[in-house]
Amino acid sequence: MNRDLLGIRQLSTDQITDLLRRSDGYFLQLNSIDPFRKSSLLDGRTVANLFFENSTRTKTSFELAEKRLGATSVNLSMQTSSLTKGESLIDTVNVICAMKVDCVVVRHSSSGVPQLLRKHLPDHIRIINAGDGGHEHPTQALLDAATLQAKLGSLKNKKIVIIGDILHSRVARSNMILLNKLGAKVTLVSPLTLTPKYVEEIFGVRVVHELADEIKDASAVISLRIQFERQSRSLFPNLSDFRMRYGLTPLRIMETNAFILHPGPVNRGVELDNEAADSEKSLILQQVKRGVAIRMAVFEWLFEDK
Amino acid sequence: MDVLLLNCRIIDPVMGRDECGVDIEIISGVITAIGKKLKSKAPIKDLQGALIAPGFFDMHVHLREPGQEYKETIETGTRAAASGGFTGICCMPNTEPPISDPFVVSFIRAKANGNIVDVEICGTMTKSRKGEELAPMQALFDSGIKMISDDGSAVASAEVMRRVFEYGKMFDFLCTEHCEEPSMTKGTAMHEGKISTKLGIPGYPSVAEDIIVARDILLAEYVGGVRYHVAHLSTRNAVQLVREAKSKGIKVSCEVTPHHFTLTDEAVETHLANAKMNPPLRENEDIQAIIRGLQDGTIDCISTDHAPHASHEKETDIMSAAYGIIGCETAIGLGLTNLVHSGKLSLMKYIEVSSTNPRALMKLPQIKISEGEKANLTVIDFDKEWTFGSEHIQSKSSNTPFIGTKLKGQPVGVINNNQSWWRDKD
Ligand SMILES: [Zn+2]
Repeated sequence: MNRDLLGIRQLSTDQITDLLRRSDGYFLQLNSIDPFRKSSLLDGRTVANLFFENSTRTKTSFELAEKRLGATSVNLSMQTSSLTKGESLIDTVNVICAMKVDCVVVRHSSSGVPQLLRKHLPDHIRIINAGDGGHEHPTQALLDAATLQAKLGSLKNKKIVIIGDILHSRVARSNMILLNKLGAKVTLVSPLTLTPKYVEEIFGVRVVHELADEIKDASAVISLRIQFERQSRSLFPNLSDFRMRYGLTPLRIMETNAFILHPGPVNRGVELDNEAADSEKSLILQQVKRGVAIRMAVFEWLFEDK
Repeated sequence: MDVLLLNCRIIDPVMGRDECGVDIEIISGVITAIGKKLKSKAPIKDLQGALIAPGFFDMHVHLREPGQEYKETIETGTRAAASGGFTGICCMPNTEPPISDPFVVSFIRAKANGNIVDVEICGTMTKSRKGEELAPMQALFDSGIKMISDDGSAVASAEVMRRVFEYGKMFDFLCTEHCEEPSMTKGTAMHEGKISTKLGIPGYPSVAEDIIVARDILLAEYVGGVRYHVAHLSTRNAVQLVREAKSKGIKVSCEVTPHHFTLTDEAVETHLANAKMNPPLRENEDIQAIIRGLQDGTIDCISTDHAPHASHEKETDIMSAAYGIIGCETAIGLGLTNLVHSGKLSLMKYIEVSSTNPRALMKLPQIKISEGEKANLTVIDFDKEWTFGSEHIQSKSSNTPFIGTKLKGQPVGVINNNQSWWRDKD
């Protein structure tokens, strides 16, 4: 059986630790001022980036990781809406099979698409989930953990606060699973309207609705992006109301030593004020660098000889 | 059609009969003799103790014709019904065009004419199912319609629903509602609960169904005397609402589907779009409430909500996939396995909810298994253990999560309209 990265849920704690360790080496290379020396790890391999949902950052990060490992990349950007309803996925699967690709990186606005592709694609094609609906975004959670570990060391018993739109967030779900596996204490801070029912029980986290003093004793805060594109209805009054309750304002960040993470792109003045996004506690650019390193580590792990 | 059925177990709630080792002679589609050790010139069929019940009736079938013949046709849908043990069905009106005028009714009648399966037709409540103006009820009534529904969606406006009840009452129509408050379910793909939280799939809350059931019961009580029917009821609160309304003497009835008493929202994790239904698969507590509702008579009948869709509409991502599964071929297997063999419902009661009650709601004559009566019969191998597979599917579509499911009890034949269908031994 070849490896896939369908979600954090399927990874053991050892596999997570292994992936994080592998990414450290790549991170050092990325951080050095010497020109990047292309690796030949994916020589002769073809990776298809199937982005059914727009994403500049994640797609660029995957493409860079692929190129630096010597893979041939093909990009298929398809807005689900512009395709004939229903036919897109099966058709795409057939197209991929015909092109002789070794790996598929897939992002889709529906939960479960990587799983569905696994059912339809031949076994030898590896699948990486680059974000499916509100379900999982495993490479984001891995890069967040790598970023956190670099600053905090072991995450065991560290208080990590996740703030904002939990309901629609695959980043939150993958992070909750991963941080739990690494022994961190996760607290969610979100309005009731953006908190999925039974989330405490299903993900083993603490849930509060008031920011109050929650970040004062936190080791890190992961602020989530308000996903306007997923909000078909009114789930909070307006952006300034949201900022008043959950935004990382200058006053709030003064009260804490917690590091600040955000999966990007940031809605400045909503989730984060400039003072938070650009402060020395902000790890946002570190996350971006770690993102490429993690994706390189994932390819290494998927394609290593076993 | 002449046949001498040997060694039957006749079970007939209308005649109050449950008798083993009986032979039945049928000549030209009419029961001519019932007794032990009958002699006849008719060809012999040894049933080896199989059950003979009054023909099962499925009140909620989507035949898709006219308009969506790539999913199902009247021919393939009735074949699915017959092989599922049904001698009668009612087809739902969300066709293209919808069953809003007598021309569509006569089109379906013509196509179903001469079929072994009786096809009753449900008309729309509102013109073209838009939920705005009343459907031409007199014309629909004159073409033989007995049930009206905007199935596929609820009538969103309480004012329109009130008028549907008032006008519909004059024809004593069974007013069947698909109970879904649309403002709460837009963009959802499964039940809102633990599993939707886990999978990050937008959830359709139970309360969206309960609100419409409650509203309609209040309206039905206010209008008074209208026959109101809840289609494919799926929640514990809706069962309780119907129970209370019945105890107050309001003319409310309801049906459940086999998938809603068999599966929970957990099925979405493995079956993805093939477990996407409307209403969605709910929770174990809902299944328990449905079973209690069947036991105490709150729930009147089992209907399949047979909803065929082509593979490209189901083998896709869950958000854009179509709602529903085919249901005729698995109904009896699931019902006997999960209700009767499990000891939750008596066989007699099961036959009532599968034949007697739906026929009463549809104002159809009751079937009696006795001499001189037309033979309208469902034949069931009660103890047959089998695994449902694609070879059992007669429908044009095969969207079902039940492939590979082990079942006990299988329909093996139907007799109706001077015709018979028998399952090949497998
Ligand atoms: Zn319906």
